[in-house]
Amino acid sequence: MLAADYRGPRRMRVSSKREPLIQHPRDAIVRVTRSCVCGSDLHLYNGLVPDTRIGMTFGHEFCGVVEEVGPEVTNLKPGDHVLVPFNIACGQCHFCKQGLFGNCHEANPQATAVGGIFGYSHTAGGYDGGQAEYVRVPYADVGPAHIPDWMDPDDAVMLTDVVPTGYQAAEMGGIQVGDTVVVFGAGPVGIMAARCAWLFGAGRVIVIDHLDYRLDFARRYCPAEVYNFLSIDDMAVFIKKQTDSLGADVCIDAVGGDASGSPLRTLLGKKLKIEAGSAIALHWAINSVKKGGVVSIVGVYGPTGNMVPMGNVLNKGITIRANQASVKRLLPRLIEHVRAGRIDPKALITHRVPLEELPDAYHMFSAKLDDCIKPVLYPNGGR
Amino acid sequence: MNQVPTETIDPAKVNGWGVDADPRNDPTYPMRDRSADTEASMRWERPPLQQPGVEVLRSVEHNRRPAVFGTSTPPSGISGMVRRAAFAYSESDWRHWLMLLGADRINMVEGIAEDLGRGHVPNVPAEMGIGAEWQHNKAGLARKVAIAAAVTVVAVALLDRRKDRSPARHSARGIR
Repeated sequence: MLAADYRGPRRMRVSSKREPLIQHPRDAIVRVTRSCVCGSDLHLYNGLVPDTRIGMTFGHEFCGVVEEVGPEVTNLKPGDHVLVPFNIACGQCHFCKQGLFGNCHEANPQATAVGGIFGYSHTAGGYDGGQAEYVRVPYADVGPAHIPDWMDPDDAVMLTDVVPTGYQAAEMGGIQVGDTVVVFGAGPVGIMAARCAWLFGAGRVIVIDHLDYRLDFARRYCPAEVYNFLSIDDMAVFIKKQTDSLGADVCIDAVGGDASGSPLRTLLGKKLKIEAGSAIALHWAINSVKKGGVVSIVGVYGPTGNMVPMGNVLNKGITIRANQASVKRLLPRLIEHVRAGRIDPKALITHRVPLEELPDAYHMFSAKLDDCIKPVLYPNGGR
Repeated sequence: MNQVPTETIDPAKVNGWGVDADPRNDPTYPMRDRSADTEASMRWERPPLQQPGVEVLRSVEHNRRPAVFGTSTPPSGISGMVRRAAFAYSESDWRHWLMLLGADRINMVEGIAEDLGRGHVPNVPAEMGIGAEWQHNKAGLARKVAIAAAVTVVAVALLDRRKDRSPARHSARGIR
């Protein structure tokens, strides 16, 4: 089969690999029809995530058709169209039982701090991902959800990560009716977080980024007030001027370690890797939120450490909430939102690309070429 | 750039505004189901155990191997030795992560050697997405090529100068 093949920082190709096999009674093999390139894949692509091995297949946002199931998978059968959450979750450990499906304790030998994630380095379990024609899906009786007949597969694939992560970012913000919410990052997750902030009753939604084409998209799609940080001298002062000098009620970091905006942090975090990525968005979030406010983090950072103003977290009494999205927990509600037309996930897709052109898709997304917001790969011709 | 403040948005006109509003959703609002946060739930019935067909490294913070795991790209070569050594340290220890990052860089060189060993010369420009660059950023690509060419010319010129100054070259000229 054809599959993504990581060759080192900023080097990807599509290679011929052996098709995956059932390795566990609760496995399924899925023929992939759609697979997104995620903003967090760029952390892998840029070599920021430790234990990212040469030859690995990335891809944690995918949907497809069940080809084969293990003997203990009774809820799926070959031919079923499924969307597969990016988290690999057993459904019966201490954490899964609490609905923390992104924190399963039975899916990742290499780390305890991270659950199992498809195609996301050995730090997230060493699973090959869905940027391939076929993929092994562990615990297939727990994660995968049937795609409703009425749902466009382009919407379904966005429900595997982007939509739930954006939704959970807003949910973790504890948004109250009338709150001012600032979202740092107008990538797909940031745009979705801003869109979902309204669902929780936000009074104002502000999106910050440095790419005008993304800000223009956010302005129309969310909708949101948008600002380009390149024209802002001091982010904390700017947000306070926007919010009667008190700060925003909720700040969402939807960027993570790949953030632009600080040459020093780019040098330390992205070039020298002394920090676990550049934490400028988180820095801004902490300093822009009001006292007693909430900072919600869904941007991905490496596992080492970052310099952020912890003194301000203490002195301002800030609550920080963060997690990988618990996709399974959120799916029923999100499917309702899609059906009701409150969320239009596929509108974020700007580029539909054959699997064979994966290296170009990565570069285009990483370099922000051709006003790229969300590229989706179509293995097996999308069928 | 969006330097001008954008229009204020009337929430009442936003499709779906407030449908998920919940006054309990304060910072302390539990997103986990605490009814399941019991001592009994800490001793769960384990899923069947996947049989390891390849070497799988394990965090020292785990008291046992989780029931399932990925079998992509097991550790091998020098990078594998470094990875095994890294797993002697916990996830809380920077040495663990720094050694893994180091192993990743070694692994990259191993990948190139493996390619060449198989008689495959990697098409690095294609792997780096030169197709997209050509299609969407010709000016940028031209600039990068020009910079690379200039750096190459300067490097070659400097190397040539060094050769000129080398004692062997001087003595050869002296004889002539």
